[in-house]
Amino acid sequence: MENRPSVWSSNRFWRRSATWVTGVASVLLVFLTFDSMGQMKMGTAADIKNKVDKRIPSPLVINYKIDYKLNKTRGHEIPIIGGMDANGYSKYEEKEKFFGKDNWSEKEAKALIHKGKLTIQAKNCMDCHTLLGNGAYYAPDLTKAWLDPTWETLASAYGGKEYAIAKFLENPPAMAMHERKMPNLGITKEEAKAVVAYLKFMSAIDTNGFPRNFGKIKGAVDARK
Amino acid sequence: MQGNRLYEGQKLALKYFMVAIVLFGAQLLFGLVAAIQFLYPNFLFNILDFSIARILHINALVVWLLYAMIGAVYWLLPDEAGIEVVGVKLGNLAFYILTAAVAVVVLVYLFIQIGPGKESTIWFITEGREYIEAPRWADIGIVAVVLVFLYNVYATVMKGKHTGILVVLMADLIALAGLYLAGMFYTDNIAVDQYWWWWVVHLWVEATWEVYVAAVGGYILIKTLNANRKVVEMWLWIEVAMMFGSGILGLGHHYFWIGTPEYWWEIGALFSALEPVPLVGLFVHVLYDWGKERGKGNNIKNTPAFAWLTVETFGNFLGAGVWGFMHTLPQINLYTHGTQWPAAHGHLAFFGAYVAILIGAIYLAIQGKAGLKEMRMTKASWWAITLITVGVLIMSVSLTISAYVQTMVERGQYGGTWEGYFIAQANQWFVQGMGWRLFSGLAVVVGYGFLVYDLLTIDKKQPAEVREGAVAAA
Ligand code: HEC
Ligand code: HEM
Ligand code: HEM
Ligand SMILES: [Fe+2]
Repeated sequence: MENRPSVWSSNRFWRRSATWVTGVASVLLVFLTFDSMGQMKMGTAADIKNKVDKRIPSPLVINYKIDYKLNKTRGHEIPIIGGMDANGYSKYEEKEKFFGKDNWSEKEAKALIHKGKLTIQAKNCMDCHTLLGNGAYYAPDLTKAWLDPTWETLASAYGGKEYAIAKFLENPPAMAMHERKMPNLGITKEEAKAVVAYLKFMSAIDTNGFPRNFGKIKGAVDARK
Repeated sequence: MQGNRLYEGQKLALKYFMVAIVLFGAQLLFGLVAAIQFLYPNFLFNILDFSIARILHINALVVWLLYAMIGAVYWLLPDEAGIEVVGVKLGNLAFYILTAAVAVVVLVYLFIQIGPGKESTIWFITEGREYIEAPRWADIGIVAVVLVFLYNVYATVMKGKHTGILVVLMADLIALAGLYLAGMFYTDNIAVDQYWWWWVVHLWVEATWEVYVAAVGGYILIKTLNANRKVVEMWLWIEVAMMFGSGILGLGHHYFWIGTPEYWWEIGALFSALEPVPLVGLFVHVLYDWGKERGKGNNIKNTPAFAWLTVETFGNFLGAGVWGFMHTLPQINLYTHGTQWPAAHGHLAFFGAYVAILIGAIYLAIQGKAGLKEMRMTKASWWAITLITVGVLIMSVSLTISAYVQTMVERGQYGGTWEGYFIAQANQWFVQGMGWRLFSGLAVVVGYGFLVYDLLTIDKKQPAEVREGAVAAA
């Protein structure tokens, strides 16, 4: 039999394969990215009015009560904005005062979110905390911080949850709960308000059920005690 | 390389390597500060807070790896192409501009640290996005310098020989540089922000950097073992196919929980689960070539470089392949995401995949600079490789144990709340893991001391027969 060189040891064959595989994977990624970007656009006032669920909701959610509840169809928890309907989805009805009012306009809410995000970046929050689970591991995840049970317990003493969080951010060591403290980052009153708005808005992002069981489990053994 | 004479491009490479090693030291120092703060939170509180130490730790890491990567390319480029680097004067200028910019960015991180919540902070102080905190003005500067580098590479290869290694590098470097642009814009939408942020981080370390390593690893095999170029280049193309084939869509393993559609669960799981395959290939290839050449009775031409390459292939497989796979399926990642898990994996993977091979490349350059035909390990080389490798391994195992406590206690039992987080942080096993991390981190720092000493002296510490070889060759 003739001893012909096999295609499997041909550089040309592998070079072509590499080019094709890379090309196909890249095209698929670009295609999926277009689709994802469409689904991840921030919601609008019209979406809230028409009760359209957006993965990233409108900043106007700061006017509403927000919850995080198990949805039977999807099999995990989802954000519930303005009350839950019979099928386990958002009703966009129940309002909640945020810094004294529940009628922030779309423009005002957007401005707050903008300043909040800029402050979060300017103070390097993500180099101690995780947001949506990404960042550093020196401090608690902030994805659902707005819904944290500890803030619920502090709310009444400060005249509302948003006031408690804002007060904390303006001077964290004064309200420290643990030996590992959050430093004072020079956050102004205006910036604190904006950051709290961002935390509230972020807690309404649909994260496919992350974190699981947030704040639900009670009665586990606390080894510190 | 002609005898003892170096190409100008190779002299430029040595400059890049020097800054890289200095920044490596800075990286370890700030890592140590951050590790101490986990155990003693009042350490440097309000002076150099954890966030600042961490920024310096990981930015120094990324920047020194990039310096060493550019250095290694400038080293092999004239050697492979067979001609002097085109535009090497411009390359030198770019080096000084880049280094000055890095110094300014570091000083601002250290002394200004944070700014008010305004656009100007993003432009001049920090972008506050992990790994790419560098302010926007620096981003633009980096892009300009990288363009000079790319021009030099392209112009040189066009004029000289087009080896397979160079062709892969050319394609890879342009993708690597282009991806940086994905991290250079601001948006209020944090989900979209993180979506593109991962294009830089993941598509660097799990696609373009991996291919870079496969190419430079091939060059080191040829240099240290006289490996057959045709076989090396065939393997290289196979690696490229497998790495890009799995790594590009493997990006999906970061899109499980950030406001992205559910289809990423399946896509991310499938493709990222395939990512370890090429890493096994890389490892097997090196062992195979080693056995073959040793079987023929040939000496390894540079034992420290080859030893670091071996650490690379195994560390890459273990740190990226095994540790990455352990938390890459969404069913598991739901509980590991945002815990010390990624940190355990990140340390072993960055070290195994990139730190090790780039140290190997530096040893290769030291040999070339001294004009030695052969270079052997010294006692210091041995201590450096052992302390650093074992140190990082213990560190990653410790972090993994701490991470387990977090997944079970903070996530499993307490649903990831503020209180649940601190209950897990106070758990004795978690704290022990942090203690071992600090201890093994110190071992790495001592190993670094040996490494610096060795890089400065190894050429003078060679046994007589090796040095005579050099005299004969000169
Ligand atoms: C230097 C590290 C560090 C930085 C930077 C930092 N934090 Fe914190 N943060 C902490 C620590 C530590 C705690 C826990 C404090 C305690 O329990 O006493 C904390 C607690 C919190 C809490 C309460 C915990 C919860 O789950 O609700 C919030 C909210 C918070 N930080 C928000 C922020 C925001 C917003 C930023 C950026 C503007 C930020 N942090 C920057 C370290 C940091
Ligand atoms: C050399 C290659 C690799 C390096 C340097 C590397 C490095 C890292 C780093 C540093 C992180 C943490 C990012 C952050 O700060 O949030 C990370 C996350 C991750 N890596 Fe890798 N990695 C590599 C390869 C792999 C491979 C091959 C896999 C899978 C098989 C993998 C799976 C993951 C997963 C699932 C995460 C996400 C963790 C999370 O956020 O939940 N990695 N990687
Ligand atoms: C070659 C050596 C090292 C490499 C490649 C490396 C790499 C990294 C990376 C990639 C991260 C980010 C992880 C993530 O976000 O998931 C990180 C974080 C960190 N590293 Fe290192 N590192 C090294 C050495 C050290 C040493 C010696 C120490 C100190 C003992 C150290 C302490 C830390 C700490 C404390 C963090 C922060 C983790 C957190 O947020 O909880 N590192 N390092
Ligand atoms: Fe990844």
